[in-house]
Amino acid sequence: MVANTPARTNDPVDEIETSSEVQVMSQRQLIWRRFKRHRLAMIASIIVALFYVVVVFADFLATSDPQDIEAARQYTPPQWVRFFDGIKPDLHTCSMTGKRDEFLRKVYERDCDRKIDLRLFARGYEYKFLGIKLDWHLLGVSDPSIRAEDTIFILGTDVQGRDVYSRLMRGTRLSLLIGLFGIVVSLFMGTMLGAISGFYGGIVDNLIQRSIEIIRSIPTVPLYLGLAAAFPADWSVERRFFAITIVVSLFAWTELARVVRGRFLAMRQEDFVTAALVSGASRRRIIFRHMLPSFYSHIIAASTLALAFMIINETVLSFLGLGLLPPAISYGTMLFTAQNIQTIALAPWLLTPGIFVVILVLSLNFMGDGIRDAADPYGS
Amino acid sequence: MTAETPTQANRLASNTDDAVLSVRGLQTHFFTDEGVVKAVDGVDFNLKSGETLGIVGESGCGKSITAKSILQIVEAPGRVVDGQILYRGEGDEATGKSTDLLQLKPNGSEIRAIRGGEISMIFQEPMTSFSSLHTFGNQILEALRLHTDLDKSEMFEVAVDWLDRVGIPNPKQRMLEYPYRFSGGQLQRAMIAMALCTNPRVLIADEPTTALDVTTQAQILELLMQLKEENNMAIIFITHDLGVIAEIADDVTVMYLGKVVESGPIMSFFDNTRHPYSRALLTSIPSMYTESRARLPSITGSIPHPQNRPSGCPFHPRCESFIDGVCDVNEPMLSKVSEDQQASCFLYTET
Amino acid sequence: MFIFILRRAIYAIIAMWAVSIISFVIINLPAGDYVTTYIATQIATGNLILAEEAEGLRELYGLNSPIYVQYWKWISNILVGNLGYSFEFTQPVREVVQLNLLNTLLLGLGAILFIWIVGVPIGIYSAVKQYSPGDYIVTFFGFLGLGIPDFLIALVVAYLLLDLTGFLATGLFSAEYLSAGWSFGKAWDLAKHMILPVIILGTAGTATLIRITRANLLDELKKPYVTTARAKGVSEFKLVMKYPVRYALNPVISLTAYILPFIISGSVVLSTVLDLPTLGRDFLRALLAQDIYLSGAIILGAGWLTIVGTFFSDLLLAWIDPRIRLEEE
Repeated sequence: MVANTPARTNDPVDEIETSSEVQVMSQRQLIWRRFKRHRLAMIASIIVALFYVVVVFADFLATSDPQDIEAARQYTPPQWVRFFDGIKPDLHTCSMTGKRDEFLRKVYERDCDRKIDLRLFARGYEYKFLGIKLDWHLLGVSDPSIRAEDTIFILGTDVQGRDVYSRLMRGTRLSLLIGLFGIVVSLFMGTMLGAISGFYGGIVDNLIQRSIEIIRSIPTVPLYLGLAAAFPADWSVERRFFAITIVVSLFAWTELARVVRGRFLAMRQEDFVTAALVSGASRRRIIFRHMLPSFYSHIIAASTLALAFMIINETVLSFLGLGLLPPAISYGTMLFTAQNIQTIALAPWLLTPGIFVVILVLSLNFMGDGIRDAADPYGS
Repeated sequence: MTAETPTQANRLASNTDDAVLSVRGLQTHFFTDEGVVKAVDGVDFNLKSGETLGIVGESGCGKSITAKSILQIVEAPGRVVDGQILYRGEGDEATGKSTDLLQLKPNGSEIRAIRGGEISMIFQEPMTSFSSLHTFGNQILEALRLHTDLDKSEMFEVAVDWLDRVGIPNPKQRMLEYPYRFSGGQLQRAMIAMALCTNPRVLIADEPTTALDVTTQAQILELLMQLKEENNMAIIFITHDLGVIAEIADDVTVMYLGKVVESGPIMSFFDNTRHPYSRALLTSIPSMYTESRARLPSITGSIPHPQNRPSGCPFHPRCESFIDGVCDVNEPMLSKVSEDQQASCFLYTET
Repeated sequence: MFIFILRRAIYAIIAMWAVSIISFVIINLPAGDYVTTYIATQIATGNLILAEEAEGLRELYGLNSPIYVQYWKWISNILVGNLGYSFEFTQPVREVVQLNLLNTLLLGLGAILFIWIVGVPIGIYSAVKQYSPGDYIVTFFGFLGLGIPDFLIALVVAYLLLDLTGFLATGLFSAEYLSAGWSFGKAWDLAKHMILPVIILGTAGTATLIRITRANLLDELKKPYVTTARAKGVSEFKLVMKYPVRYALNPVISLTAYILPFIISGSVVLSTVLDLPTLGRDFLRALLAQDIYLSGAIILGAGWLTIVGTFFSDLLLAWIDPRIRLEEE
């Protein structure tokens, strides 16, 4: 088809260069414009961005050492940070005193006469940021002789007296990292197999499609559980992390592969591809200049949805005690301590990681949907 | 077909004495996110009982929407906003009374009794106008169930009889089959049978032959004309094909951008075409007598976007007889231009 | 039609074979073999096993033979109903499975019924009344239902119930019926305890179904055959129910097969949270204890069930949609 196109007097490549430039720009702008119109998706993206801020600055945002254990602080209820004393601006928190009641349960009392002054950018536990040892935290106690671990409980403490808020910051980091690594793995598998399937078609396509169908028809959780259960409990945290990442992404790639293949097939018949082909553009040029730009957004959308899927799966696995194991901190391992309904009744704040999961997953879903809608400028 | 020129015809717009259906000042607008589209913007015509009215125009001129407005089946976001559709039912002839269909409750039982019962409609794409999940018999019997009091076996007989009349072979067996087994032409025949089995007084045919090949087209037209004679019904025939109009219509109405630009009896129309748009349409029909390699004349420009309606006469940007300072400023009204013809053009009013 | 069934059946058998291999691999993943684990548990309970006895056991289970022979032994045993022995429950796997199979199936069927009964009508309503406040509310809750993992809903609902009403929503039976024989009272008690798990298990599926029904119906409502029917004088309600809903139901049926794996997955997690006596709970226990024959049998069973479900939904689809029959002819 390309060879048969009669050569024009003026250089056709130049013409396409400029015209395709305009095409790519306008397509991106179109997508961006449509995405901005999707207000919910915009809000969702901002929330997702905030989560990633937490991933980077988890330790800075945390107030206490997330692994600091103290039985005396068991199940301390959330202790709000106050910004005013009366009308006077004063960053402080009230002190907590705990004693056991007749059922031997810990009962805490707030004592606002003995307030503890707080300050921003305080020194606290030591952590490593990009390999540098730091001890700065967003919020801390003014008096250097008092430890934040014993005083600030923004979201209460768990059974071992560890600060739920600080653990949540670190848990966010790990859960989102699992998702990110998982995306890389499944993107690689999904795009590769999807593209192969869409490009070659025929028997190869059929084989890959049937395998995907089979994989999709297997209930995933039992499989995940089965695989995760096979990992020895004595593996190191890192090793387990990578193993779980692979397990989680093992089944997420099918959706990506399906999307990529579908786009490939649809695109081959798209008018603008034919048009580019007829006007003498090379195959590579068509793929990179014309097909990929309208491709990215679909892949991003599918990845966003897959990310949500993987975060849920990690949470479920760890929640059941088969994913990450303590001392690793993730949403799932945190919720593991809230498996029992009686425990939740005693300390409902243990469910806060669940709220984070819900907000994150919903935001990712809205964002993914927004991108998908925007990527289809001529769709509904 | 002899075109009669009744003396009443020169009072077209006002006279509804012998009209079974009379549309007056019909306005159907579409309320989209981008703004209001005036798909039908003041349409008048009369359909005389037992006659065929052809409505002609390019795609997007509002002819299908006009048809759907008559039955009140315009899909959202479209809505009939103004006008009258006066229908004279079976018993109304003696009393001279007529019903304004637009005053009936949309989807109420009265309008539904008229839809498919007294005014039937057939559509452009026979292939998609049937549900492929239901047998053909199921769909034709539905019309009979809604509009007749026959019992089951009688209905079946009527349906089979109609399929036979429209020329579908082996009708009894066909009743039990699914539409995908029919060809396009057969489906259009079947749709005609479905529309006519309730003996309607008016048939609205919305480009019924457009999707069919030429031979089938001719057969379907012939069938329609024959059934019209047999059943004494009136037909509104919507098409973009003036050749078809010439063959079957008694009267013709030309639409452009939601408005009627010309109307009159078929003979007068072809003998003495008035509106420049109608003339342009006529010259773009291929003829046996033109030079074989000559380029077919086409109307310059294209139909403007409905939201981007030109000022003055909607046709002026494409008009050959454009009068500067007149056509782009004022909007011409539909008015009498000869004994029996009407047109909306300043060529006939301003001079 | 016959060719269609045959082709689908062949796919199903291939898929079942693939699942059996995956299950077998999972069973064999943990370090050490079945007999090693068995000896360890026996020693833990104070029984000593002689080396010859261990070797005899290995011979019996074919653990010394090559892996494909082991697979063959395992799968052929399963096909004749011998599912192996569970250490964790110290009884044959078959008996463990039989004990809770009914509860498990009831829960799953209940959830599917719930999804259908709630999802389809709401989806239809949402499409017919597009952009109405009701549609927006439905869409919003649909998103929530999809986004929140089952176990979190279960935790929160159970906590709220306990906190507000004092009702402990765990288990499937009240204490007085736990060991009682089957009676009307026991069945009623079971039904009461099933409601919450069924709703929670069905949430995500319902949300999906609403979305799909709505999207499909919106497409179908614009089709010419709807206009034809309308022009015939069919009333709006009958029209929607007879034609587009019928069309929109096809994807709904194929979706049921697609939901099945999620229901099975969901019931594992939910059973743990709400302490339901189902195979899901047994499965988790088996996994944590590396009780491979039980966990393998459950993975295999869940997979096979899904495949068979998909097969039947394909048949159903072909039966109600003449176009599919045509394609395959």
